[in-house]
Amino acid sequence: MKPRSFDDGKLIYDKSKSGRTGYTLPELLSAEKEILSAIPAEFRRTADAKLPEVTEPTAMRHFVNLSVKNHHIDRGFYPLGSCTMKYNPKVNDVAASMAGIKDQHPLSPNSATSGLLKIMWGLTEFLREISGFAGLSLQPVAGAAGEFAGLLIMRSYFKSRGEKRTKIIIPDSAHGTNPATVASLGFTTVQIPSNENGVISPAAVAEVMDETVAGLMTTNPNTLGIFETHVKEIAAIVHSKGGLMYMDGANLNANMGIFRPGDVGFDMMHFNLHKTFSTPHGGGGPGAGAIGVTTELEKYLPFPHLEKDSGGNLFLNFKRPDSIGRLHSFYGNFGNIVRAYAYILSHGGKGLKRVSENAVLNANYLKVLLKDVYELPYDVHCMHEFVISGKRQKKKGVRTYDISKRLLDFGVHSPTNYFPLIVSEAMMIEPTETESKETLDYFAETMLGIAQEIEESPETVTTAPHTTPVRRLDEVAAVRNLDVAFIE
Amino acid sequence: MPFIPNTDNDRQEMLERIGVKSIEELFSVIPDELRLKVPLDIPSMSEMEILSHFEELSKETRTDLACFAGGGVYDHFIPAALPAVLSRPEFMTAYTPYQPEVAQGTLQIIYEFQSHICRLTGMEVANASMYDGASAVAEAALLAIRVTKRNKVVVSETVSPLYREVLKTYLSGLDIELVTVALKDGHSDLTRLEDTLDENCACLILAQPNFFGLLEDVSSASELIKKVGGKLVMSVDPIAQAVLKTPGEYDADIVVGEGQPLGIPLSFGGPLLGFFATKKELVRYVPGRIAGRTKDVDGKSGFVLTLQTREQHIRREKATSNICTNQALCATAATIYMTLLGKTGLKKVALLSMEKAQKAFEGITALEGYEPYFKGSFVREFALRTPVPAKKVIETLVNQNVLPGIDAGNWYSGLDDCLIVAATEKRTETEIDKLVEGLKELSVSSVLSSM
Repeated sequence: MKPRSFDDGKLIYDKSKSGRTGYTLPELLSAEKEILSAIPAEFRRTADAKLPEVTEPTAMRHFVNLSVKNHHIDRGFYPLGSCTMKYNPKVNDVAASMAGIKDQHPLSPNSATSGLLKIMWGLTEFLREISGFAGLSLQPVAGAAGEFAGLLIMRSYFKSRGEKRTKIIIPDSAHGTNPATVASLGFTTVQIPSNENGVISPAAVAEVMDETVAGLMTTNPNTLGIFETHVKEIAAIVHSKGGLMYMDGANLNANMGIFRPGDVGFDMMHFNLHKTFSTPHGGGGPGAGAIGVTTELEKYLPFPHLEKDSGGNLFLNFKRPDSIGRLHSFYGNFGNIVRAYAYILSHGGKGLKRVSENAVLNANYLKVLLKDVYELPYDVHCMHEFVISGKRQKKKGVRTYDISKRLLDFGVHSPTNYFPLIVSEAMMIEPTETESKETLDYFAETMLGIAQEIEESPETVTTAPHTTPVRRLDEVAAVRNLDVAFIE
Repeated sequence: MPFIPNTDNDRQEMLERIGVKSIEELFSVIPDELRLKVPLDIPSMSEMEILSHFEELSKETRTDLACFAGGGVYDHFIPAALPAVLSRPEFMTAYTPYQPEVAQGTLQIIYEFQSHICRLTGMEVANASMYDGASAVAEAALLAIRVTKRNKVVVSETVSPLYREVLKTYLSGLDIELVTVALKDGHSDLTRLEDTLDENCACLILAQPNFFGLLEDVSSASELIKKVGGKLVMSVDPIAQAVLKTPGEYDADIVVGEGQPLGIPLSFGGPLLGFFATKKELVRYVPGRIAGRTKDVDGKSGFVLTLQTREQHIRREKATSNICTNQALCATAATIYMTLLGKTGLKKVALLSMEKAQKAFEGITALEGYEPYFKGSFVREFALRTPVPAKKVIETLVNQNVLPGIDAGNWYSGLDDCLIVAATEKRTETEIDKLVEGLKELSVSSVLSSM
């Protein structure tokens, strides 16, 4: 017989049978009909929603069998560049699950929630210290939401000065969210090239900077993992024409205790709490995208805004006339605010600096192990991540895409590939500080082994993966025969 | 440091291999003037100390309140099997399924989530999630603007004011006219709507039930917006949806809502779960991630992220939205919830919530001094006129361990005496009695004090 498993190819609907239930609930006191009679028939459903009918054990097996098909950080290395896939300390989840923390309605009066406001305040104090920014809002729930808040603040700032600025400068190495956010606010992007060292040159900024430009957005270290060495000079150029400096904080894991954007000319930044401060990534979210701004820009932060009254009591201020407005139904991804706060407490100031130091050490070590075999377009000391190119391997007919797939056969996730766009066949590798030298050695051996395979038996690589729950999936067919929901 | 495995020896070996003398040398690329010269002033704690710190903080919150507050998020029961499976590191510590061959768990769950949402709402496609109900409403308006190429968005004042505030923020950067049509007797004012809707309207946004818990005449409103060629956006409560006519039957084009009631803790309002469903013809305009079913090279069924050319990592400034990180784990929770409760369970949750709401409504409106604020049918949430300001009602009843509802006056001028009360299946007879009793005492004392 061909090996198989019960779940092969089955959706939960395939396990559903009328009459099965996976719950118990108290009995209704009145008849269903009587309860429903409060709603006129014209407003009522004519047929029940066809959700599955399964027992609890069936549901458990279904989800557990699905779960084991996932790669995740507790299983193995996950060097996805710019995503900071570090280990998520479990105590953070315990804190977030405490009854007093997990079960509070967001519209409960202040008298019922003072402990929760203290957690939020505690985190903002830490983020102030780490970033050098005086004004903090925890409301944005993801990095892109933080960018959105930041650019709205820019818009409000210029509006208050009676200026209409329409452009944002972005380097060609920027994350995709940067230009997408720019466009979503009706700004236009002015893209500038990175120089031969992989960084923004002040001259390139000076060339495009004028009074129509609202500001410049950059990641530091940038997406090549290279520190933007000229940021102070660039900030001076942008400021001299009245513009503002935005830092995309996706790569903050390299900076803690080393470099504070608020001290050196940036006017605002967003944090990716889920990256730097290690809240579980959950298969794609939730994240948390706090923003920090200078004192001058604080009045524009979203409402409700956490503040202290004259008696030192915390409260949420809804009356902020200059605010950009509300960004979230309530106060942001509070569960992740709790986790990030716990994470920072477990490290302290010294520990956070050690995090950045070891993240940078790990990246440089791995880079050195790989650079003889894979092309390294920018050979400088990197920060927490670096980018190699599969150009040499492509000449043998094997793409970065194939290398990424082959890696999956070795229990590691592939790097971010084809990004940043300025490196062809790019592989962006971010090992993080929670990986051991042995793991890095294993990954390097695997990468070198794959390079060897490309010389000797390239088809092993171009047909990979071979050991995963499914093999290469037809993405073109997925678009052509679009099937995004199973509806009977 | 339990999370950093490098030993001093490891570090030494690694530095030698790199060819530098110290970690400091790696940072030498950073100009000295940019370096932070002082240590970060942040204390550290052991695991035990962290837990007791949070225990102290959690004592400064009230865990003893019977929750009759709603406003988009509700205190529903979460079956034990849900957190048991959701907390698996396979779900918690994975990231976006960029490599589908090792992310089939996440991808199939997204696909099933999309399917459940479609079945619940009567729509044809759904995405993997938005940040919350509010951002989903805003993204729905942006979709309508993109597809119709029109620049006017009309929203009824009965849509959650929290959502409308976020909508305003999202549209504030664009050249869009946002028109809020004032409510009439707690409902959308169809006459005013008709006067406002014109050929420039990208969409009309309605909530069913609305913020006061009341049912809207969506059929008539749907006709009005269709007549001018705009899109109908509906914001719905997923629990009420188990008993209510589907948006699909109202010919809604985009359906959004807050998925928190589907097995996600209140958690002081976050993380939440925005859901987003549309007609099939709009799928290429949808924001965010979508999972699709396909086959692998062996013909085996599998799942991928599909139509990615809509997304920011491919399309950059031409993307349908800037969203990247979403609320996947919350969507996973909702998927598990909808699976466990299923066809009959979700309906029973709705019926129990309705029954409790009806009981509370009858009890309270029988009291001197209280009456329904508006006339109309409701599902599990209703608005009350209170003899003293709602704010005062809340303050007083919180001292009796009851959170009686939310104060409409926070958002609607002139409605300071309007308390919006919600029920879920979790509210017991005793708690409802306590609510009624507390309101009664308050009414009596207010009458006494006014004499």
